[in-house]
Amino acid sequence: MDLNLIWFILVGVLLAGYAVLDGFDLGVGALHLFAKGDTERRLMINTIGPVWDGNEVWLVTGGGALFAAFPDVYATLASGFYLAVYFLLFALIFRTVAIEFRSKHPSAVWRRAWDIAFSLASAFSAFLFGIILGNLIWGVPLGADKEFHGTFLGLLHPYALLCGLTVLSVCMMHGAIYVVMKTEGEFHNKAREWVKSSIIFFVLCYVALTMATMLYAPHMVEQLKLRPVLFAIPLIKLLIIANIPRCIYKGQDFLAFVSSSVAIVLFMFLFGSGVFPNMVYSNPNPQHSLTIYNAASSPKTLGIMLIIALIGMPLVLGYTAAIYWIFRGKVKLDQHSY
Amino acid sequence: MDLLLLSRVQFALTIMFHYIYPPLSIGLGLIIVILESMYMLTRKPLYHMASRFWVKVFGLTFALGVATGIVMEFEFGTNWSTYSRYVGDVFGSALAAEGVFAFFLESGFLAILLFGWDKVSPFMHWLSALLVCLGAHFSAIWIVVAGSWMQTPAGYRIVGDGLNARAEITDFGAMVFNPSSMERLAHVTLGCWNAGAFLVLSVSAYYLLRKRHVEFAKASMKAALAVAVIASIAQLVTGRISAEGVAKHQPAKLAAMEAHFPAQAPADMYLWGYVDEKKQAVRYGLKVPGLLSYLIHGNAAKPVPGVNAFKKEDMPPVNIVFQSYHWMVAIGLCLIALSIISVVYLWRGKLFETPWLLKALALSVLLPQAANQLGWMTAEVGRQPWIVYGLLRTSEGLSKAVQAHAVLTSLIMFTLIYLLLFILFVYLFDSKIKHGPEEPDPKANTRHLHRA
Repeated sequence: MDLNLIWFILVGVLLAGYAVLDGFDLGVGALHLFAKGDTERRLMINTIGPVWDGNEVWLVTGGGALFAAFPDVYATLASGFYLAVYFLLFALIFRTVAIEFRSKHPSAVWRRAWDIAFSLASAFSAFLFGIILGNLIWGVPLGADKEFHGTFLGLLHPYALLCGLTVLSVCMMHGAIYVVMKTEGEFHNKAREWVKSSIIFFVLCYVALTMATMLYAPHMVEQLKLRPVLFAIPLIKLLIIANIPRCIYKGQDFLAFVSSSVAIVLFMFLFGSGVFPNMVYSNPNPQHSLTIYNAASSPKTLGIMLIIALIGMPLVLGYTAAIYWIFRGKVKLDQHSY
Repeated sequence: MDLLLLSRVQFALTIMFHYIYPPLSIGLGLIIVILESMYMLTRKPLYHMASRFWVKVFGLTFALGVATGIVMEFEFGTNWSTYSRYVGDVFGSALAAEGVFAFFLESGFLAILLFGWDKVSPFMHWLSALLVCLGAHFSAIWIVVAGSWMQTPAGYRIVGDGLNARAEITDFGAMVFNPSSMERLAHVTLGCWNAGAFLVLSVSAYYLLRKRHVEFAKASMKAALAVAVIASIAQLVTGRISAEGVAKHQPAKLAAMEAHFPAQAPADMYLWGYVDEKKQAVRYGLKVPGLLSYLIHGNAAKPVPGVNAFKKEDMPPVNIVFQSYHWMVAIGLCLIALSIISVVYLWRGKLFETPWLLKALALSVLLPQAANQLGWMTAEVGRQPWIVYGLLRTSEGLSKAVQAHAVLTSLIMFTLIYLLLFILFVYLFDSKIKHGPEEPDPKANTRHLHRA
């Protein structure tokens, strides 16, 4: 195992961590307008109140790690997906300020405006992440100069849109389960209904996406053919997804949440092993793809960064766990809440 | 319109707007630690109330810092992708270290700071305040290290040539401790402390003038004044050290800062003035003969390289750098005067009853903000035309895959969104101040006050 592979995995871990953690934040946001009345909506926001900010740091750090370990990937994607990246950033800005601003004023109009901003921005962020993911699976036109040679509208092809919907549906399912886990009483029962509908939405998207990938993105399956053991992953994934309604039915909310988290990690793992050793697949002209070797920093830097990660990540995991432990249990509204 | 100009305007807009908030978080973080420590030592509910109020204000500034900061993380790649490829090996590692060491610490314990009042012990809350404050400072360390490397690159070598040339780390220690990083870090940190301290002074002075929340305002003011007097005086020292560093490592920038034109001549110093770049003259200025030579060499007759010693294409614009530098210094001196006068009045027991001084303090919040912005303008405009000093020109760092109309689109959206955010921030901040701290109410839930 060389440093390039280690960093491919580490960047993957950071982004998978982001997908699991901010996945439920975005999902809670996307579901927000289905909650009715100020109390329910406050409950929604306060389920993620103490953690959304830390969750977003996984994206910031993932972006920083990508910049440091694979500068060409960072540069090509950010500049190539220019408008998509900015629409995503604007959506994330609105999400952040909506959470903070909403509670600062009691007026109903003020709150409704921020409810809409929070919910649309969350749904839109999840959808855009999916568009970007879809394009990475499908491949984007790269030149020998490592630069993107496509257009913004070229990113919005049917496969990418389907992937956008799929990511949105995963987030909604994950978020609904999180709300079930963090609430009680009548509202809890309402959220249980959301889980049912969002699972159906997700399974439909997932089946369509899997078939589209097999048919139209056969390069993703090549790696699996090389290592047939990887075919076990989609199967395990199916079992885990099937486990979610079972746990919800039995009232094992935490296990349901663990299941959907594992499903998201496997989703990322499958994506990673499908594109490997490419990081940005070039379509057409696969020979121009950015790989974990031609897009990486020097071994010296990768080594230094590994030391930083080995010192830093245990601390990060430590205090993330501590925060989740302190704010465990059902959410209660008090004077410090949003 | 021109891609280079649009990209520079957008970067300037986004970084300047962002930089309103992190200094407030860093400075307020320190003052919250002081107030919570006072509470731990004295157990006076007053300090508890003051901490709670400033934590709420902190929450607001922090949210805006996060929202506008995430843009910066990706803007290097979107608009300056050639630069990103060139420096990723060096610059990227500092940025990633900021994420790992600073942001997680800050955002994690912020949750306890904001929402943990009734969930953890006062000690744990104090510890969280300390860790959030440390996290904010770590963040400053790494980003200033990265920025300083662009001013005074060290610990790297250039590998490859032409389109494939890039900088690679050879010595991580030398990169982190590059010639300007520590002095710039000190200068930046003190600037942040001033921003936080004068915010607290300003709000407290407002309450004292209105005779509201008087005890709270006095306690906050004393804590902030301690920070302000130390930070503003120390700023003079770190500023002087920084200027010496510029003289040594970036003489072209120094020539612009002081509007010193002759290629090799003893240098005068203008205390103020307007630079006519075409005629190479400073108008309406006050000149102290030989002072710049004296400050740099200890000898008023020794020559200092001026603007004409450098190629025209290697010089930053002179008047902008001169003005931003001189206004920063002027404001810095005002801050020193204001904080020393306030301390003297406090000493004589008159500070809280002197309306003209309280009025001056109430307005003072804008001064460190302006000085911070002007200081960064001096540093970054003064670095031009280079994006990495002496290695890569700003015009060479642009994204090749991005066209001007896309940047124009994002720039227009940023302008609108940031304008909206700023109006909302000012409105919410104002209503927070008008609402004031929650005075201790004997009937309310005061469990946290008694639980040790």
